[in-house]
Parts: sequence; structure tokens; C-alpha cells
Amino acid sequence: MEYAIEIHNITKVFGDFTAVDHISFSIPKGKIFGFLGPNGSGKSTTIRMLCGVLTPTSGSGTVLGLDIVKDAEKIKQSIGYMSQKFGLYEDLTIKENLNFFASIYGISGIMKKERIQEIMELCGLGEKQHAAAGILSGGWKQRLALACSLLHQPRLLILDEPTAGVDPVSRRVFWGVIHRLARSGITILVTTHYMDEAESCDLLGFIYRGQLMQLGTVEEIRQREGMHSIEDIFISYVERVSDIKVTGSFMEIRNHLD
Amino acid sequence: MNLHRFMAIVRKEFIHIRRDKASMMIALAAPLLMLFLFGYAVKLEVERVDMAVFDQDHSAQSRALVQKLKHTDYFIDRYYAGSDREVIEMVDKGIVKVGLIIPPDFERLIKGGKEAQVQFLIDGSDATTARTALSSTMLLSSDFGRDIREEMLKKAGPLGIGAGGIRALPRVLYNPAMESIKFTIPGLIGLVIQNITIILTAFSLVRERERGTLEQLIITPIRPIELILGKLIPYILIGFFDFALVMILAMTVFRMEVRGSMLMLLLFSACFVICALAMGMIISTIAKTQLQAMQMALLLLLPSVLLSGFVFPREAMPKPIYLMGFVMPLTYYLQIIRGIVLKGVGVDALRQQTGLLLFFTFLLIFVAVMRFKKRLD
Ligand SMILES: Nc1ncnc2c1ncn2[C@@H]1O[C@H](COP(=O)(O)OP(=O)(O)O)[C@@H](O)[C@H]1O
Ligand SMILES: [Mg+2]
Repeated sequence: MEYAIEIHNITKVFGDFTAVDHISFSIPKGKIFGFLGPNGSGKSTTIRMLCGVLTPTSGSGTVLGLDIVKDAEKIKQSIGYMSQKFGLYEDLTIKENLNFFASIYGISGIMKKERIQEIMELCGLGEKQHAAAGILSGGWKQRLALACSLLHQPRLLILDEPTAGVDPVSRRVFWGVIHRLARSGITILVTTHYMDEAESCDLLGFIYRGQLMQLGTVEEIRQREGMHSIEDIFISYVERVSDIKVTGSFMEIRNHLD
Repeated sequence: MNLHRFMAIVRKEFIHIRRDKASMMIALAAPLLMLFLFGYAVKLEVERVDMAVFDQDHSAQSRALVQKLKHTDYFIDRYYAGSDREVIEMVDKGIVKVGLIIPPDFERLIKGGKEAQVQFLIDGSDATTARTALSSTMLLSSDFGRDIREEMLKKAGPLGIGAGGIRALPRVLYNPAMESIKFTIPGLIGLVIQNITIILTAFSLVRERERGTLEQLIITPIRPIELILGKLIPYILIGFFDFALVMILAMTVFRMEVRGSMLMLLLFSACFVICALAMGMIISTIAKTQLQAMQMALLLLLPSVLLSGFVFPREAMPKPIYLMGFVMPLTYYLQIIRGIVLKGVGVDALRQQTGLLLFFTFLLIFVAVMRFKKRLD
């Protein structure tokens, strides 16, 4: 099988704190990989090492066949990335942001015009193309960020919490685009805290305190853990590793106080 | 270097500048305000000057001399001292600006047709005041001598023995060359331009880091040289526009005259603007927040005021401090602008300074490009 991402024992240490601890996984081309884990567990740090902006303390890996340390600059030309924090220019309009990133990725002339038009349609941005990015709502901002990361037709898309703080309707629109992209052969690595989103992924990885706890398809993980709900599996990990008792459901929390 | 990517950065920066009107107003108004305030702070002429008199003669003539000075409404005979030392002490302490010492045989010498010597001690630390005081004392002394001669002539007729004159022996303490407004304004232009331009770029990368746009940008194929040069271009235009504004103000309000080649001045000023912008850009690659960038800029700007020779002549500084001035581009620019504006010298006389300014400009841009890493660790 051909892999879009392959990493072996990748580790990142900040000072005396190990943010990512010997993580290995391989993601076949064309799959959607859902990267799950509580806040601060090391998802963004892992992603930044894949994108070549953080150097691993140890371990090795390839992205689209390119070495993540030696070929970092080449990787950047072939991947699309959406950072966790909105990373576009708020004083630029939708169209200006798209124009800027298209040029940065070396798209020019008539190609640029066509590509921007195409992407605006795919992500549903046309309507407000002359609005400043800063005044857009959460859903629009995320779609714009996605559009900017797709301009250069990347073969791998890395999305760091793309739907955090986005309303349920916009989330579904967003994931509609993600699945359409996967159909066209693009590999997608996406982090999320929404279990409904996670369940629609081909592969899931669960990271906690820098360590990869679980890896497999949704079905595999369900069978291994003997639980149906991904959310319950997620919580049971946190309980097992940290000895914290987490209340099962939100209704229980409410009833407990009553 | 890819021209498309470079131009994309340039265009984007122009949009930022256009949309951020408040910052632009500051960038354009601040240099004018600074030059105006600093310029006037030096220019303000002091109306009256306190004087200490040590009159060793106590004669009609010595009193007449003091009266003559007082009548100008410029000198005030605030103190009468009992010794040379006392006069010097009062000038030292800044109690008076001018000391006048009249010798014991003042009247006798004048009446005997000889020349009497009076000593003026002038506090030169305030150059403008000192200059006015100096020329006034010289003028009044020679006036006084002429008055006496005319008077004697009237009394004794053309055949009598002519009266002697007086000779003023001025001694300027502390700042003998009395460098003032003329000298200050060109230097001030350099300082103002440096301060504004450094701050312009010091914020440029840090702002992106703080807003989170830098992370998105470094995960693109952009190269450091394209980013740094692209970001410099719009600010070079603004910096040069600032320079033009400040020059116009200096030449109209402060009557500065450029004796040398204006073209050469423009050329090297453009070079200095780029050099200062590159310094700001380096700060921008080091600082983590805009506050840090501001502090670093101040840390660079404050010593440059002293080390560059803007306030005190560098030649008079202790060796280590003198040597430190050599690493400040402002040092070379001040020599260039003063040379061209005040002395009217050409490239030949400034070969070393212009060469070093060019060298620093390229070096600093190079350092900024090298320092910018597309990494987060
Ligand atoms: N540059 C850094 N320096 C020090 N600690 C860091 C740095 N970046 C991240 N961390 C720490 O590493 C841990 C993992 O962070 P992160 O990868 O952002 O987690 P996640 O994305 O899963 O929420 C956190 O505890 C965070 O504070
Ligand atoms: Mg994160």
C-alpha cells in the first residue's frame, strides 16, 4: 500500500516536557485520518512536525515520500495546511486572501483566476468575496481558510481543529467538502473534538499525553474496546490513564446536582 | 527568488498600510512633530542673560562699561563678585551664563591711549545662548571703545592724545565650537528618520506572529528573502516620503541650506532609510511580541543618540565609547548629512562614510534574511 504519511517513533521535547512521545503511524493515500485527543495532548505539535515547521527531537518520517526534516521545503509545496488559530489576514477581503495565497503558491495569470473561481464555488465563498475576512462568521472563516489551503491542489490536506467553534450547519457543509475532496484522491489528516465527525473518518488515532493510545478504523476500535460510542471509548482512555473519574453523560451531570 | 511571490508580499503589505490609516498618520505626522519640537527646543533664543561682574577698577570707565552692557536689556548684572575664582564658580554652577572680569588698571590704560583687556567668560553648554552672548560682548566692547575715542576726540580736539580702546578676551567654556541649531538640524533629520523607520519595520513580522498569520505563511513555499524584501519595499517608500517631509520643514521653517549636492544627499538618505528599516526588520525577527519589539527598538535608539555624535562630538568621548559609535549606521549618516549640508563636501571627502553606510545596509538586510527562519522552534 502507498502511504501519504509514515512516521516512526517521532518525539518532540520542549525543555524537560515531552509533548510528543514516540508516535508512529502510517496513513494510506486517499484516506481521511481523524486525529483525536484532549487539549494539550500533542496533536498540533505532531502536525507541525509533519509540516516541517518543528524539528523532531528524535524519530523519522516521510510525507508524500519526502523526508520531514531534509525535504521540509518541498513538502510545503505539496500540502495544504489550516492552522488551529485563524491564520489569514483579517484586513484583506476573501478575494484578496485567495489572490495572495495563490501567488505565494506560484499560481499566476489566467490559471490563478480560474483556480480562485473554482475554489470559491467549491467552498461556497462567492457571495461575500469582497468582505474583509475579519468580519466573517466562524463558519465562513473556516471555509475561507480551507479554500486558501486548497488553491495549489495539494495531495495532502492537514486540518487542525477546522470546525472548533463552528455551528452545526456550517460543520456539515465543511465536512461535505472534506469528503468530496477525499473522493477525488486527496489524503486528509484532521483533528477534531466532535465524535460525530470522527465517526465519519476512515482511520482514527487517539493521542493522550503525547502517546498514541489507539489506532485503527472506527469498526476495529469499537470491537477492540467493546463499546459502540467513540466518545465513551475516548473518555474511558482518559479515566484509565489519569485516574480521573469522568461522569458518563451530560444528563448525569445535571441530575447529579439536582 | 521568485518574483510572483515577492510581488504578492509587496501588494499585501500595501493593502495593510492602506487599511491601517491610523498607523500611517502616525508614520507621517510623527517625524514632522519630532523635528518641530526638537528644533524649536534648540532654537528658542534666551532673552536675557545673567552676568557676574568682578570689577577690580571701580572707576567711572569700568562702571560705564557695565552700564553699556546693561542698557542692551540683554545682560543683567546679577552679581558682583570679589575674585576671579568666584566668577568662575558662578559660571560653573550655572548661576550666571556670563562672567565679566575688569582689570584694576582699566581706566588708566584707556586714558593713557592704551588698550585695556577685559575678560568675558561664557558658558558654552547652551550653544545658542553662548553664541548670542559672545557676539554681543564683542560688539559692545568695540562700541564702547569707539564711544570713548569719539568723546576724547571731542574734548581734546584732533591734536590731543587719542584714547585707547578696550579689547574683549572672550573665553567660551565647555562647548567652545558652540555647535547649535545649524549643526543640530541636519543631525536631527538623521535621528528622526532613524527613529520612525526602525519602528515601522520592528512591528511588521511580530504583528504577524502575534496574530497567527505567520504560522500559516511559513507553511507555504515562501522564501525568507522574498518575505523580507517584499515587506521592506512599501516602508522604503514611506521612509523616503518622511525624509522629504522633514527636509522641507527643515529648509522652510529652520532655514537650513544645503551647501553640497542635493542629489547625493537624497541618494545616501535613501540608503540610510533602507539601513534603518533593515535594523527594524532584524528586531522583528527576534522579538516575540510587539511590546518586546518596542523595547528592543528603544534599546537601540537611545544609545544611538549619544554614540553617533548627535549630541556630543565623538572625538571627545572615552575610547571604548568612541569605538562603539562605529557600529551605528547613524554615525556615518550624521557625518554624511552634516558634511553635505554644512560643509558642502562631495563624495571624495565622504568616501569612507558612504562606503560603510552601504556596507551596513547590505549587511543588515542579509542578517535579517538569514535570521528569519521558517520554523517555530
Ligand atoms: N513551543 C512550545 N514550547 C513549549 N511547550 C509547548 C510548545 N508547543 C506546545 N507545547 C506544549 O505541548 C503540549 C501539546 O500541545 P499541542 O500539540 O498544542 O496540543 P493539542 O494540539 O493536542 O491541544 C501542550 O502542553 C503545550 O503546552
Ligand atoms: Mg492543537
